[in-house]
Amino acid sequence: MIDAIEAAWSPLAPTPLLWIVVTVGAFLLAKRLNRACNGAAMANPVLVAILLTAAVVLVTGVPYPTYFAGAQFVNFLLGPATVALAVPLARNIRHIKSSSVGLGLALAVGSLVSICSGIGLVWVLGGSRAVALSMAPKNVTTPIAIAVSQQIGGVPALTATLAIVGGIFAAAIGRRLLTILGIDDHRTHGFVAGVVGSGVAAAEVSSLGGLAAAFAALGIALNGVVTALLTPLLAVFWH
Amino acid sequence: MIGGFFLILVCDLLGEALREMAHLPIPGPVVGMLLLAVLLVVSSPRPNTELPPQLERTAETLIANMGLLFVPAGVGVITEMSVLEAEWLPILVGLIGSTLLGLIATALTMHFAMREPKSDSESAVGGGAR
Repeated sequence: MIDAIEAAWSPLAPTPLLWIVVTVGAFLLAKRLNRACNGAAMANPVLVAILLTAAVVLVTGVPYPTYFAGAQFVNFLLGPATVALAVPLARNIRHIKSSSVGLGLALAVGSLVSICSGIGLVWVLGGSRAVALSMAPKNVTTPIAIAVSQQIGGVPALTATLAIVGGIFAAAIGRRLLTILGIDDHRTHGFVAGVVGSGVAAAEVSSLGGLAAAFAALGIALNGVVTALLTPLLAVFWH
Repeated sequence: MIGGFFLILVCDLLGEALREMAHLPIPGPVVGMLLLAVLLVVSSPRPNTELPPQLERTAETLIANMGLLFVPAGVGVITEMSVLEAEWLPILVGLIGSTLLGLIATALTMHFAMREPKSDSESAVGGGAR
């Protein structure tokens, strides 16, 4: 039995198709699991899919570069998906204009606090420069975070994990925290989720309705731009 | 669908080319996103006109399934196990601490900046009151 699997597996292992199928399959399974858990934040489909795929890669003893040689075709679509964020951005241009002062201030403060506190906390606790730089762009949507991390000398894979886990954390506590602060405006709930928790928290906050979802999309797109501009500048100042 | 995807790919390519030529510190796809957003806002004659439906469908599909696209990069964490093991404390505290601080700072700033012109959130749902 084992020999039969081995015989079938060995010639398949180097084809890109195998790893695309494993990646997409793991994601579909993770989504089904998430639905079974009633959308619980801890059963986040991205996190579960990463764990499942990583388990397959580790168990089969395939080196990561071999896996990525296949999975890069999925990874490639991150670029177009980031460009696609222009659509919700353009669709909500009216809302941006009508509350531009509040959005601008919140964006500037939130973005700076997230980046600086990420770098600062890692540095204070004796973390390395590579880890601090990987932490800096983690609040932004993952494709942008990965690109920024690459640019400033962080570890893209670590940044991707931090961005996803940070998003799950923001989704789990965000709404409760804002309620404790006495904030019930759906625009604020949405925007905060988008700026700090990116896609994962935006998906969670969209249950509040269309306005929250629109402001979350806005937060993702705007913080993507601001963090992409700000982080390389801050990284230059800090050696 | 293909027409929309083509437009997105062209913007991605232009963004990448522009970043390369102008030595911009921003990732190419972000430049592409800005290009497309400007193009869409400038090309729509009235503020509330519909976007090209082909583009809208493609963009929605890409964004709705964005989670899948993070998986290959995320699996790369298996090559960083030694870093996670060696620096788990700064990583854990940095992640939780800066996410908490970011949430509080963003929420309070927006709350107080938007308090002045008293407008209830629901009136903006339908949009375009003015």
